[in-house]
Amino acid sequence: MNPQTLLEHVGHLKTQMGACFVGSRAVFRGHDLHADLKDMEWVELYVFGITGRRFSPEQLRLMQAIWAHTSYPDARIWNNRVAALAGTARSTGNLGIAAALAVSEATIYGRGIDIRAIEFFIRAKKQVEDGGNLAELVATELKQKRSIAGYGRPIAAADERIKPTMALAEKLGLADGAYVRLAFSIEEILIGGRWRQRMNYGGLSAALAADLGLTPQEYYLYLFPAFLAGMPPCYIEAEQREEGSLFPLTCAHILYEGPAKRRWHPAG
Amino acid sequence: MTMGIHTRIWQEEPEADNPFAARAAYCRGYDVYGELLGQIRWVEMLALLFRDEALSKAEADLLEALAVALANPGPRDAAVHAAMCGGVGGSTSAASLIAALAVGAGQNAGGREVFLVMQAWEVCGTNLDAWRQWLTAPAPDEVSIWPAPQHPPGFDPHGVSTATPVKQALACFVSLNSSARLAWLEQQRAELEAISGLPLALSAVAAAALADLGFTPEQGEMLHLLLRLPGAAAHALEQRQLGHKKFPFFTIELQHDKIGDQA
Repeated sequence: MNPQTLLEHVGHLKTQMGACFVGSRAVFRGHDLHADLKDMEWVELYVFGITGRRFSPEQLRLMQAIWAHTSYPDARIWNNRVAALAGTARSTGNLGIAAALAVSEATIYGRGIDIRAIEFFIRAKKQVEDGGNLAELVATELKQKRSIAGYGRPIAAADERIKPTMALAEKLGLADGAYVRLAFSIEEILIGGRWRQRMNYGGLSAALAADLGLTPQEYYLYLFPAFLAGMPPCYIEAEQREEGSLFPLTCAHILYEGPAKRRWHPAG
Repeated sequence: MTMGIHTRIWQEEPEADNPFAARAAYCRGYDVYGELLGQIRWVEMLALLFRDEALSKAEADLLEALAVALANPGPRDAAVHAAMCGGVGGSTSAASLIAALAVGAGQNAGGREVFLVMQAWEVCGTNLDAWRQWLTAPAPDEVSIWPAPQHPPGFDPHGVSTATPVKQALACFVSLNSSARLAWLEQQRAELEAISGLPLALSAVAAAALADLGFTPEQGEMLHLLLRLPGAAAHALEQRQLGHKKFPFFTIELQHDKIGDQA
């Protein structure tokens, strides 16, 4: 890129994604939103927007369930707590929930883990297909990165979301893909070894999504609303209760560990 | 499960009649309202929140100059543009700042770029060969939430020559504080630009200043996000007042459109 390239883009957007022709029509990835796509469910439109591909009703049902099964209206959970704190501080619901979604892009949970999990599965499957040994691959990954995204859980060992999600995937005929089988094989290695880690929901979701053909970036964007359904209840309850009454902290709750009290000397 | 907040930044003593009201607040041991207020410069307070030791006079002068240099990236900057999108439509003030933060967080002139350059300072120091290696190494192919980098961090991907404000800021910072990195950056600027094939950007100057002030890459990223907000706020409010009819909307051309008209 150089200034000449930038000059060519001034004031004008060339796009394949879509546009709104106010008063006449809206185009969404080359299709008329109100004609060609008028019967699309929201989730279908959302993943079509991300991938440009169509998915079967069974696949879409599974995609919705992956969001729903991890939507917990528990205001203690860090991202949900942001939405709830916005309520108790009498901020707007939109701000609170938008911030809670932004916070969901974390390193030890949420989007930061999700994109690593699907990338590892895609890489591992290719290496195994190329003749690699899965156990060695797992050991190398653990040595290099200290953890495998999608295995282990910061709070508890068991993951209550796996069973219902697998049950639904089986019912929909989507539980036996190559990536899901790979994910459970990795779990066997991790349980059998000294690591003693089980697969968590992030691992299963990534494997199911990889079997649906999602790339890491598509999966990352598809998961954006994953925790969303649990957030408005947290905001609503906090907003309906006495202001400031959610998780109040007394001065004594601040456990100070810094320098002792001292006098300030302005820099000369 | 803990119910308290562990911190080495802040301590509070309650009023006798209310455990939720602070009678005194201490920042790293200094009485904020009883002593610091009226005596401490804003940039000194800013630094004190991130580190135990107070800034020296020269360090405070540098941080203040950096804050001035970053205060307004100007309305052409993508982060300020985003804030104005909030302002012009009458979005909440917080939404305009969130927009500026989200866009200004990136690897192109944003907080992540500063973070990456500060990481490079940790690895390369003032060793030109180390910088040569870092600048010419292929970008890491590790998948993360951040998009793949498209240019070496700290350089202007669209630049032809070093922008005058970049040179002015660097010269000013060096004159205020002769710490190692800034002075070295000024001396080696032409060489580094020759290696990267691109002119130095303000993000690299900011990163060097923040590293010279002793901040970690994570702290530098935060401060860069924070210090660029004033301009975003002001421009958002200005566009709200001017109204959407005076705000650019741009033309669009749909490729592969069945009908093929323009909006």
